[in-house]
Amino acid sequence: MSWEVVIGLEVHCQINTDTKAFCGCSTAFGAEPNTQTCPVCLGMPGQLPVLNALAVDKTILTGLAIDAQINLESKFDRKNYFYPDLPKGYQISQFTIPLVEHGHIDITTKGRGDRRIGITRIHMEEDAGKSMHEGLDAVSHIDLNRSGIPLMEIVSEPDMRSSDEAIAYLKNLHQLIRFLGVSGADMEKGQFRCDANISVRRPGEPFGTRTEMKNMNSFRFIKQAIDYEVMRQIEVIEDGGKVIQESRLWDSVKNESRSMRGKEEANDYRYFPEPDLPPLRVSQERVDAIKAGMPELPHQLRERFEKEFGLSAYDADVLTQTRELSNWYEALVAAHPADPKRCANWMANELLGRLKELNKDIEHSPVSPEAFGKLMDRMGDNTISGKIAKDVLDAMIESGKDADTIIEEKGLKQVTDTGSIDAMIQEILDANQGQVEAYRGGKDKLFGFFVGQVMKASKGKANPAVVNQRLKELLKG
Amino acid sequence: MPFSSLSHIQDRLNHGETTAIEVAKLYLDRITEHNKTLNAFVHIDDEHVLAQAKASDTYRAEHGARALEGLPIAIKDIFCTQHGPTRCCSKILEGFEAPYDAHVITKLKEAGAVLVGKTNMDEFAMGSSNETSAFGACHNPWDTSRIPGGSSGGSASAVAAALTPAALGTDTGGSIRQPASLTGITGLKPTYGRVSRRGIIAFASSLDQAGPMTRNVKDAAMITSVISGHDAGDATSVADAPELDWLGACDKKDMKGLRIGVPKEYFVEGMDAEVRASVENALKQCEDLGAELIDISLPNTNLAVAAYYVIAPSEASANLSRYDSVRFGHRCKNPEDLLDMYTRSRDEGFGAEVKRRILTGAFALSSGYYDAYYLKAQQVRTLISQDFKDAFEKVDVIATPTSPITAFKLGEKTDDPLTMYLSDIYTIAVNLAGLPGLSQPCGFAEGLPVGLQWIAPAWREDVLLGAAAAYEAATDWHTKVPTGFGGES
Repeated sequence: MSWEVVIGLEVHCQINTDTKAFCGCSTAFGAEPNTQTCPVCLGMPGQLPVLNALAVDKTILTGLAIDAQINLESKFDRKNYFYPDLPKGYQISQFTIPLVEHGHIDITTKGRGDRRIGITRIHMEEDAGKSMHEGLDAVSHIDLNRSGIPLMEIVSEPDMRSSDEAIAYLKNLHQLIRFLGVSGADMEKGQFRCDANISVRRPGEPFGTRTEMKNMNSFRFIKQAIDYEVMRQIEVIEDGGKVIQESRLWDSVKNESRSMRGKEEANDYRYFPEPDLPPLRVSQERVDAIKAGMPELPHQLRERFEKEFGLSAYDADVLTQTRELSNWYEALVAAHPADPKRCANWMANELLGRLKELNKDIEHSPVSPEAFGKLMDRMGDNTISGKIAKDVLDAMIESGKDADTIIEEKGLKQVTDTGSIDAMIQEILDANQGQVEAYRGGKDKLFGFFVGQVMKASKGKANPAVVNQRLKELLKG
Repeated sequence: MPFSSLSHIQDRLNHGETTAIEVAKLYLDRITEHNKTLNAFVHIDDEHVLAQAKASDTYRAEHGARALEGLPIAIKDIFCTQHGPTRCCSKILEGFEAPYDAHVITKLKEAGAVLVGKTNMDEFAMGSSNETSAFGACHNPWDTSRIPGGSSGGSASAVAAALTPAALGTDTGGSIRQPASLTGITGLKPTYGRVSRRGIIAFASSLDQAGPMTRNVKDAAMITSVISGHDAGDATSVADAPELDWLGACDKKDMKGLRIGVPKEYFVEGMDAEVRASVENALKQCEDLGAELIDISLPNTNLAVAAYYVIAPSEASANLSRYDSVRFGHRCKNPEDLLDMYTRSRDEGFGAEVKRRILTGAFALSSGYYDAYYLKAQQVRTLISQDFKDAFEKVDVIATPTSPITAFKLGEKTDDPLTMYLSDIYTIAVNLAGLPGLSQPCGFAEGLPVGLQWIAPAWREDVLLGAAAAYEAATDWHTKVPTGFGGES
């Protein structure tokens, strides 16, 4: 009998405000330890939290984008536990009434096709600081720069049935969050952290005992960790054992997880309402205003690109992976409105490929959409062929010069005038009498050979269409 | 002069009859002389006091006087001050110096007040006798073998013995009003949200409120007018609180048309007979001043103490988690590991009462007990608020005793926390409902002061002050001074 996998995900996403959740300290990444702190985020006596309104707005925006309910009155609670990087000894979070509830994200996987993944809630909370033990002799160091940075915790329903679905969900969520501009969502900087609740069961049976997998900081590791945990649980059960409810830490070096038991045993967080913050009330007008400012979402953009520009589903998907890509593409189309499909093909296949080799994002492309548009223009008006255009693009990336300059300097202008093309053809025909006769005798396949010879002779500059047409004519004899 | 009111000293300063320096010296001398007996101050820095006084005299000469120009005000050790230690009278804050002033301290400084030092208190404001202080008990000037009340015992004792003309206290369950009552002075707890809590070391965040302890009603109004007002740095400080004519409210000389509610639940068996007689006599005087006494009922009064001793410790258990010895405060010697550091540092740093409350609170919040304790207590709190709302449909103000008993002997109740908790039986409900309350002297029982408590609807401190001022104008209890402190004449 087969096993069914059940996965629910909790994503901690750093909200990209300039200042922290409850004080005015900077949230900039990478500063010297403990330089972005103040009495509030250090948990000094008598200090009080004041809620960052922008963080609230960004959480609401995220809620609206997943079609969720925005609670006009939500509440903050204290989650109590002792740890040196938690200065107050409690984390301000939302436990009983979160700001956002009941949303969803749609995913598509090869295995199960289109699926809707429920999102139970998004609540606001503050981050803890960072403890550092490595390389230190019998002491630990604490950096509280991160203490108090605003987070959204996005909690899904246990709706995913495979690691593929989990990754599809996370990628869609990640893309959405980046599109909304509510988070940098840089996984390496810990701005998008995922914990996975995993269990297995026989189809049709109630949920099995779940474990929580932590410390997975890339999509690849998340998939590996889920697959590992699923196999581990199945083995435990098939060997007659029982899965223990626990948190497990993923070790991406050893490719295995280990139990965190003992370290974090049966915590009772003693949640209770945060008396320093009144209930969070937001007006319907505020929600409406945020809704009105909602940017185009990835799926809307994809549909528009397909409809408005006639793109294939594949190209539309590639060009809407990030807001920066889609913006670049739209700027390109504005520069070369004649052929949006040509723009899409060339951007997706030629430009992105080259950028990938250079390890550059589209934001850092050495070629601007306007310059790239000029290159498209020169293809459109037959100044150069597609083959030459690739060389021109390489030169543009290398030299930073524009297409026209390169075409001019290197004399790459396409030859379209029939007189000179006829002359070139005649030379080739004269030099290859044997092949000419064979062709005329019925060996049609030799046509390609003549085209190749002519193009070679023109150093690629002859207009292929004209060459084709004239060759046919002249070969008739 | 030492037993003068703040307003009287202000008059003399304004008329050039004295200077801030002279006033400061006078009180510093008195502190030197009497603090050994009373232990009312736990930190005093003469030079700093004199420097402030000198700066105030200069300011007056150059710019004229601000609201509290040159007036000495003592500060409970719970207020963070940039200058000197702030320890909340706990060993756990050993060596702690706040790098900031509490919002109210800033306000006092901006008004030209001279801050006279830190006064004794129950550790983390947890107590009703000032006996839980890490710096030793404080004594009641009316009988130094007795407690001054708590938790603002040092402030009360200092004002009663005129070691300062006024002091700041905080009130979580009666910590301003009860010691004011037990030392024969005036104490005001403003409406919750009236005064910013920023920079005041938190005991129970939903109940804490700072207020003045003074020699008369007008002085209390003067200080409150300065320290109150919205603070964007405290989300519970109310932005649109009605402004009051604080000083004007104290001009009342009679009580014509005032409907005073007298809750039957506050006059019950177990209260001291002489206390009862004093308060009943005071109420009679109010009637003579034109007030109408109306019997009312606050039916859930008997639940207040129980609800308070769930809610306050619950909040405290979290508020005191930050004293973990990681960033500041007392740390045990040679900790073996993290857990050892936490447990020993906190064990050594906190006193027995604080530990008792942390444990009580942690228990009440723990999984499986939350509904039965914390949630239930919050429901009681709602009922108590509703009792007051209903009462204020019929009356303008409520009058009660402040404390069922007068000051007791040091050590008398230390082994019996439950009886100790009952000292706040008349004051606690006011905090649970977030209302303003004021205690003023209204007589003596066997030579010890008795207090009369006034309770008004939220944001109506003017009603409290008006009633108390009228009563004060018709009586002389507030002018009585304890013997042995140079005030007899």
